[in-house]
Amino acid sequence: MTGPVLSVENLTAYYGDFQALFGVDLALQKGQALAIIGANGAGKSTLMRAITGILPSPRDAIRLNGQPIGHLSAPEVLEAGISMVPEGRKLFPSLSVEENLLIGAHVRTGSKYWTLDGIYDLFPILAERRYNPGTALSGGQQQMVAIGRALMSNPDVLLCDEISLGLAPVVIRDIYASFPKIRESGASVIVVEQDIGQALKIADHVCCMMEGRVTLSGAPHELSRDAIHDAYFGVSA
Amino acid sequence: MIWLDTIVQGILLGGLYALFAAGLSLVFGIMRLVNLAHGDLIVLAAFLILTVVSALGLNPFVGALLAMPVMFGAGWLLQTYVLNRVLGDDILPPLLVTFGLSVVIQNGLLEGFSADSQKLSAGPIEAASLPLGPVTVGVMPLLTLISAVLVIFALNQLFYRTRLGRAFRATSDDAVTAGLMGIRPRNVFAIATGIAMVVATIAALYLGMRANFDPTIGPARLIYAFEAVIIGGLGSLWGTLAGGIVIGVAQALGAAVNPEWQILSGHIAFILVLLVRPRGLFPRAND
Repeated sequence: MTGPVLSVENLTAYYGDFQALFGVDLALQKGQALAIIGANGAGKSTLMRAITGILPSPRDAIRLNGQPIGHLSAPEVLEAGISMVPEGRKLFPSLSVEENLLIGAHVRTGSKYWTLDGIYDLFPILAERRYNPGTALSGGQQQMVAIGRALMSNPDVLLCDEISLGLAPVVIRDIYASFPKIRESGASVIVVEQDIGQALKIADHVCCMMEGRVTLSGAPHELSRDAIHDAYFGVSA
Repeated sequence: MIWLDTIVQGILLGGLYALFAAGLSLVFGIMRLVNLAHGDLIVLAAFLILTVVSALGLNPFVGALLAMPVMFGAGWLLQTYVLNRVLGDDILPPLLVTFGLSVVIQNGLLEGFSADSQKLSAGPIEAASLPLGPVTVGVMPLLTLISAVLVIFALNQLFYRTRLGRAFRATSDDAVTAGLMGIRPRNVFAIATGIAMVVATIAALYLGMRANFDPTIGPARLIYAFEAVIIGGLGSLWGTLAGGIVIGVAQALGAAVNPEWQILSGHIAFILVLLVRPRGLFPRAND
């Protein structure tokens, strides 16, 4: 049996003196979609920042295909095969939609499964808007650009940080409708969400975080509504 | 007709100021770094060209071609080993470091070349002129303006048509997110400063051929460059060309009224533009 594509073991993270993560463990199997849920301040985004190398971590606390990557910088983590759709989309305002997508493949093109045409097939509206400034689009379309940009490096692991934040339910549904196609490319996916319903729908495995710790972990069908409620809020329903 | 001639000469002079300013504008546009040593780096490049030209007996244009890769390397090293270490949210450390660098360059040049005025000799072309309709223009000022337009055009093509330019703009927008794309902002900054030094070498070529220079004239050139960048709108390259021309024309008009007013008129034009358009003529939309 092969090991997990991404594993996190006993990960701690600090902002100055403030400890934000307390020994987080998780494993992402190849081809799997893992949802990380939790309230504001649970440490979900900090975990993403640590995995992507924005926040420094101990070398062996994070492994990609068995190789330690905790000590790598953000560009090195991208080259290793992890890309992220950052919270708030973070498109480059000086770049057009197409340039925003192309910059995703600036350093790494990976398997070349995802190309510009592939992204335009996945999100046809972006082809029509390709020459517009990325930030002139609606929130949902911007989110599509951010996802496309992250896919352009053909990552082994795609991290999506709060992609439903600030979007209308119908738009969120459209965006999540693209996930089966994304997974067909072979990418393993981690979705960080506050929208529990959406996260449970697409995930093979769920981790709930609270106050910098994983408080619950399991397959969505194994977890009761009450157990998730307890892990999410820290109090019984 | 004398006014038309004055304005044309002013526009041509503006080409020189735009060349002084283009490198400054490039660096500011990408990394929000105000390089107080920019004028001294231009003077340094002029001395480098002078050294190459005197040692090898070359034409200054050829000398500048040889100096360009050296200055690119110097800019890359300066950014990698000095300026990258002080870039951050606080704008004060880079200001202090580049101010210090300015003092170091001036004194280094004084030690090496003395305080004597120097000049790059380009031969008969220096005095050549062309009749252009009702006015006569010097070949050298015309070459300067053409070079300035070409430099700005080339930088714009680099910015908006190349992969490297895309990385420049992305890094300028958001260095952290650019890192998530695999871009190493510090490398991008080093390349940008290298390119700015190549532009500074072109500025140095015309500075040295058109006037005398000595180790201490850098800061005065920096002021013109700053004014051109600010009049044009921070980070806008074509704006920088326009800013240079505004100062050039203002100086020429001032000098036509009274030669003592030449420098003052340039500064007054700068203040007037700031009063009417505080963000410059062509500010970038997302600044």
